[in-house]
Amino acid sequence: MLLIDCPYCGPRPEVEFRCGGEAHIARPAQPADMDDKAWAEFLFIRSNPKGVHAERWIHQHGCQRWFNALRDTYTDAFIETYEMGTKPSRLPDGRTTR
Amino acid sequence: MKQDYRLAKGGRIDRARPLSVTFNGRRLFGFAGDTLASLLLANGQHLVGRSFKYHRPRGVLSHGSDEPNALLAVDRGPGRIDPNNRASMVEARDGLVARSQNHWPSLDFDVGAVNDALAPLFPAGFYYKTFMWPRAFWDRLYEPAIRAAAGLGEAPSSPDPDRYAHRHAHCDVLIVGGGPAGLAAALAASATDKSVILADEGAELGGALLHESSATIDGAPAAQWLAETVKTLIGRANLTLLPRTTAFGYYNHNHVALIERLADHLAAPPPDLARERLWQVRAREVVLATGAHERPLIFADNDRPGIMLAESVRAFINRYAVAPGRRIVFATSGASAYSAAADAKAAGVDVALVDIRREEACRADAAALRAMGCEVLTGHTIIGSTGRKRVSGLIVAPIDGQAKVGARRTLDCDCVGLSGGWTPAVHLFSQSRGALRFEPAIDGFVPDRAAQAVRSAGASGGTYPLSACLTEGFAAGAAAAGAPAARSFAASATRVGFQPARALPTSRDAKRVKAFVDFQNDVTAKDVKLAVNEGFESIEHVKRYTTTGMATDQGKTSNMNALALAADALGKPIPQVGTTTFRPPYTPVSFAAIVGPSRGSLFDPVRKTPIYDWAAERGAKFENVSLWRRAWYFPKPGEDMHAAVARECKAARGAVGLFDGSTLGKIEVVGPDAAEFMNRMYINSWTKLEPGRCRYGVMLKEDGYILDDGVVARLAPDRFHVTTTTGGAARVLNHMEDYLQTEWPHLDVFLTSITEQWAVIAVQGPKARETIAPLVAGVDLSNEAFPHMSVRACRILGAPCRLFRVSFTGEVGYEINVPSDFGRAVWEAVYERGQAFGITPYGTEAMHVLRAERGFIIVGQETDGTMTPDDVGLAGMIAKAKPDFVGKRSLARPDLVAPGRKQLVGLLTEDPNLVLDEGAQIVENPAMPIPMRMIGHVTSSYWSANCGRSIALAMIADGRNLMGRTLHATVAAGFASVKVSAPVFVDPKGERVHG
Amino acid sequence: MAELAGSASAARRQPALAAPPVLWAGVAIQVLPDEARFSLRLPKAAAATAAEVAGFSLAVPVNRYAKNDQRWSARLGPNEWLLGGPEGDGGAIAAEIEAALAGQIHGVTDISHRQVAFDVAGAEAANILNAGCPLDLSLVGFPGGSATRSILGKAEIVLMRPASAPVFRVECWRSFAEYVHAFLAEAARDCPARE
Repeated sequence: MLLIDCPYCGPRPEVEFRCGGEAHIARPAQPADMDDKAWAEFLFIRSNPKGVHAERWIHQHGCQRWFNALRDTYTDAFIETYEMGTKPSRLPDGRTTR
Repeated sequence: MKQDYRLAKGGRIDRARPLSVTFNGRRLFGFAGDTLASLLLANGQHLVGRSFKYHRPRGVLSHGSDEPNALLAVDRGPGRIDPNNRASMVEARDGLVARSQNHWPSLDFDVGAVNDALAPLFPAGFYYKTFMWPRAFWDRLYEPAIRAAAGLGEAPSSPDPDRYAHRHAHCDVLIVGGGPAGLAAALAASATDKSVILADEGAELGGALLHESSATIDGAPAAQWLAETVKTLIGRANLTLLPRTTAFGYYNHNHVALIERLADHLAAPPPDLARERLWQVRAREVVLATGAHERPLIFADNDRPGIMLAESVRAFINRYAVAPGRRIVFATSGASAYSAAADAKAAGVDVALVDIRREEACRADAAALRAMGCEVLTGHTIIGSTGRKRVSGLIVAPIDGQAKVGARRTLDCDCVGLSGGWTPAVHLFSQSRGALRFEPAIDGFVPDRAAQAVRSAGASGGTYPLSACLTEGFAAGAAAAGAPAARSFAASATRVGFQPARALPTSRDAKRVKAFVDFQNDVTAKDVKLAVNEGFESIEHVKRYTTTGMATDQGKTSNMNALALAADALGKPIPQVGTTTFRPPYTPVSFAAIVGPSRGSLFDPVRKTPIYDWAAERGAKFENVSLWRRAWYFPKPGEDMHAAVARECKAARGAVGLFDGSTLGKIEVVGPDAAEFMNRMYINSWTKLEPGRCRYGVMLKEDGYILDDGVVARLAPDRFHVTTTTGGAARVLNHMEDYLQTEWPHLDVFLTSITEQWAVIAVQGPKARETIAPLVAGVDLSNEAFPHMSVRACRILGAPCRLFRVSFTGEVGYEINVPSDFGRAVWEAVYERGQAFGITPYGTEAMHVLRAERGFIIVGQETDGTMTPDDVGLAGMIAKAKPDFVGKRSLARPDLVAPGRKQLVGLLTEDPNLVLDEGAQIVENPAMPIPMRMIGHVTSSYWSANCGRSIALAMIADGRNLMGRTLHATVAAGFASVKVSAPVFVDPKGERVHG
Repeated sequence: MAELAGSASAARRQPALAAPPVLWAGVAIQVLPDEARFSLRLPKAAAATAAEVAGFSLAVPVNRYAKNDQRWSARLGPNEWLLGGPEGDGGAIAAEIEAALAGQIHGVTDISHRQVAFDVAGAEAANILNAGCPLDLSLVGFPGGSATRSILGKAEIVLMRPASAPVFRVECWRSFAEYVHAFLAEAARDCPARE
């Protein structure tokens, strides 16, 4: 069971959390302006790296706040957790966060 | 009381506390401190089981948890028959009843032993090769036969009457293993102020020290040092000692699972005592001091009862005062067996020793043993053994410098102690995802790079000398506690070192003998070679093909031997072949312990509404809806479900019905941006909804499919009372919070679940208004002042009330929301008041029928996660002027606007009495050849008493263009003709709801 | 019947759970009397500077508990507080909060009937709770004045430890109360004090 460092509550056991998939995929401001392909990309396409991955978690049975985390999908080590709307101190692969 | 093989003195058994157990119906005697294994051996019972595949007679191999053979059923009474207990781990207690397994009709005469004679028919991969054809034989012959033969022991068939406890714990340092290294680690770690847990699988702390008769530590005999150390540790308040506790799983972030055995060793456990306790420990640091496992030697017929591990012979003699034989021959490729032989000789047993190594490799040890009067043969190989149900001789032969096997000679014996070297127990380290490294000096894998905050000490790290184990353990404990310290221990020298022994050289045809590698799964050396010959190169594949290491002992005694044999056969060095992955559990764990308290009434929370008891008192039948238990229907005496539901449905349309809607999900949406937030979450528009009015809302996922629906009331400009489906309550709140927190954090809106704050009492039917009128205050119930789809804050019987004028039946309806504690009192008052009108409580079944009569969908019944608003005929609700809402863009996805999508329609069966099955498939032409094209399915189907016939809702491709068409629905007997209709069967214009 | 409709005492409260105390050597589990409870929410910025509202201390760190006289608050998240007070004060509390926060963005929702509270008290209380709660409940891990949402077995709970004494307050949604109570009662049998 993972130990996850909630930005608000500190380290807590995984059973209190839910994972919400890849982070930093902002909902487009004007969905109506997007063509089908771009919209499908937003809806369905996610990265699936072996290594450091930015993902969303919610402390469901705790403060009930969403936050972001950098987790190594191979070792399961959490590199960093940070508040929603903020960026990690370092990026997994040089991508810019939105 | 006679115990033929009990030594007259010594051991850690308590001779003042004799006891008896029953084995296969025979009463056998022993002492407190015995294990079942030592007790059986004390009574000369070497044959304790039949092997898994060949049904060969087997005896005790080991004194520890690595035992592969001696698996017994322990019978503690009805429901308490527990199969596959390792005899070496079962503590003897008075009255214990045990039985051997895997034989018929008896242990001594086993019909299944014919498999041994037929062994050439059962090579590795036998199952895969043999049961391929003919196909038809599989279901009736092969599978039942294999099932009957498969498995060891009998699963109990009645419920387990015992309790099993769970416990979460946290500590700074968890030490696994209470041998010398673990004890030293505990001494160091608990000398700090850190919290420490020490878990050991044995009944007594001490590990190998419990049978160490000759060594000294810091000048004191090992036993004395052990006693003093344990006393010291017991006095340390920051240390939790857990004997009889096995760490069986090492998971992420130092989360370690332990199983503690609390009751089985007690003759009369207290009634409230749990049988086992499952610990989930989160440790900052872990010290693994799990020791090492001895390897048997591989030669023909190395599995006869009486053949055991050399160190186990020593343990039986020194710890349990049992001589497992009168004449014991030790066969070894290493030094440690000399200590065992010396102790056996000192205990008065006739001893001989055969060493695989040449004289020059073991000269000093051999000389010492010879000086005690024992025959020692060096440079010999083992050709085989004699005997059947008990070993009677060991066949040995010299090997010359060219590995040529000389003349055979049989050494008479009734017990053999084998030592083929040692394997560090790296299981937990490997489970923690630490990397292993092959260490040629000890012919084994040792911990290398750690993946978590864990360190290994002593034999589990590949360190064997006693003083080094102690020193290393102490350093590990101190470092784990964050207070690095060193201490040296002066321990007498221990005999360590061995020469790796693979399959021993033999002059017999290796293809015609059985030299066992894995005793529990009956895997022989030639099976491993065969697997390699047949092209399996990966050790993981060899393991699965031969099943070596896959039994419940996880190959503790066999993995290294199997691996080395495979490496030899592949012609590769061991590091290149690698090792298989170690997986939890380290030793078997009962399912009951994993389940713990979560069974019976604690299996899941059973959620009940404030009105539940009232319904139960009136004999209502209930159904499960998510975790809720909802009143399904209220049968009167003599009524079946059909009659009760018909009566309830008629009453709701003819007079007044009463329904418990408390399980409905409810969310209070509050804040200045509440309306804007609602606009974004729902397909409807909320801007113009006046406070005091309600609207039916539909919510989509971002992919355009319906997520949930429900009536939403606007209580104030900045406050909405949202309702959801019963099962969707948590999902909808999560969905809303997700968007609010992650996409629109600038919106000032707050969401609170109020599902359980409010009890909901639905009063539905033409007499609904008259029923509630006298009970409410502060509201004008007239149609003009309080029309359909309105909400008012008022009081009912003095309690605060949010009164909704809404209907899920199509009749005049009210939903009385009162704080939950008032629910029952208000319900009873409404019921009493409604008597004059024939008020009828109705359950979820009637609720489903009533809404289907009006064509109202149920999310999750008409929809399945792939339905759009248009599919279910709700496209008109979409606020097209809104630039955006969740799911809007997806509604224009090509697939969602393509023709031919399934659409909601009604179905009327040609035979009005036929009620279709929900889920029945619809076809256009039943004469079509199979596979027919299925164009839709029935989603809801009921007998409608109000219509006097059956009704159904269905999702059918292009259904709205098929009105009036005859289609065909699957029924048990074939097909039934149905006519497509509009999905509404009562009051098509929807007028009744306005009263 | 009109007077019935208006009368304040007509409808009687029926508690979600009426269970006798569970008493063992090391632990006592009791259902607590009804209380008024509110969920208070403030925007993030306002939450950071909030001090006291209607006698409730808000200026405590996340996961901390505070009590003034009979009114207590538990900060369950960065902008969420669970507020509690005497059952009869419900109306007054709501009015006082609204008055104190008039003109400020906030959300107050009455959840008095949503939850049921238990006391779990005694030397073994933490061990009993740890049968189903995965948190470190030692005085180091969960010191006096701690409060948080967590889980107990398969139910969500709010767990509070008002002081360093081994007295925990467990709150859960009312329909989970039967389960939570039964879970604790079962766990209490595992009290080592009895061995």
